[in-house]
Amino acid sequence: VTDARAPDLSELELDALTELVNIGVSRAAASLREMVGEQVLLSVPSVNLVSREHALSLLGGGAPERLVAVHQVFEGDLTGRALLIFPETRSLELVRAVTGGDLPIEDIIELEQEALAETGNVILNSCLATIANMLERSLKMSLPEILRGRGPEFFDIDPPPEAGDVVMFLYIDFLIQQRDIRGYIALLMDLPSLTNLKDLLGLFIARTAGEIETARDGPS
Amino acid sequence: MAFRVLIVDDSKLARMAVGRTLATLRPDWERIEATNADEALALARQGSFDMALLDFNMPGRDGLDLAADLRSMAPAMPVAVISANLQIEIVNRARSVGAEFLPKPLTKDAMEAFISQAEQRLGTGRQ
Repeated sequence: VTDARAPDLSELELDALTELVNIGVSRAAASLREMVGEQVLLSVPSVNLVSREHALSLLGGGAPERLVAVHQVFEGDLTGRALLIFPETRSLELVRAVTGGDLPIEDIIELEQEALAETGNVILNSCLATIANMLERSLKMSLPEILRGRGPEFFDIDPPPEAGDVVMFLYIDFLIQQRDIRGYIALLMDLPSLTNLKDLLGLFIARTAGEIETARDGPS
Repeated sequence: MAFRVLIVDDSKLARMAVGRTLATLRPDWERIEATNADEALALARQGSFDMALLDFNMPGRDGLDLAADLRSMAPAMPVAVISANLQIEIVNRARSVGAEFLPKPLTKDAMEAFISQAEQRLGTGRQ
């Protein structure tokens, strides 16, 4: 499904965006690895312009299992939401992993909300800060919020409402193999942000891969 | 002397960025690009490279597997794996296959350090 109002991203702009997400999430994985003390495996990121309906299905709309998400809104030149999502059944295992694994179950349950919020905050901030820095813009992040439910429920929350029928949907899978914790990171952006994003990507591409500099004499 | 350098990344922008940095530092070196591990290996079978700069996270086989294959084909070839994923397991795997690990985004200084060292190694190997 396409929307006439959605700006077309060129192949190179989509490529640049995917690369930005790859770098952002790779840094986030390194942060998560420090928190859990075990290697975090990542998939290759995928970036799509999709309809709102399709985004819902990608967010686990068809999956029967309940999910937990750490949700943060970002605002600035780009506005949207970032979600760290995994099955609710593995939530306590993630908390156990980040708290060191020696705590009794009662304490883990008590710490769950706080530990999930803090973990999500580190991962999502690491990812978005890297992307914002590379685009030379700053983004304001809301405090993390824990959501529970099925995928579509995560999408019908305020603020900000995604304008129009087309959203940008970026996602990447992560896996902590030894603990059987898997999930994904998703970023959603609305149409006005897409227009800004196209401009920012153009500038980023020019800075990163612009004309090859000619060799200069002497120290540069 | 001029060398032939293999640049492998599934992102065109990343290949352009690496190519640009390399061209700035060593304008006369030949740069050959591949978009994935299979393509890189096919190129390496057709003709030899003096060194390789590889992305880590690629569809199909990753840059570390590719580094191991390239090093088994040409054990003396300097190879760098480039990634923002600074997990110790990945850095260690790079070292275990004899590759350098370079953080992404790649800076000119990090590239210069790698290629200077590679030049020395290749120079020694040819004496």
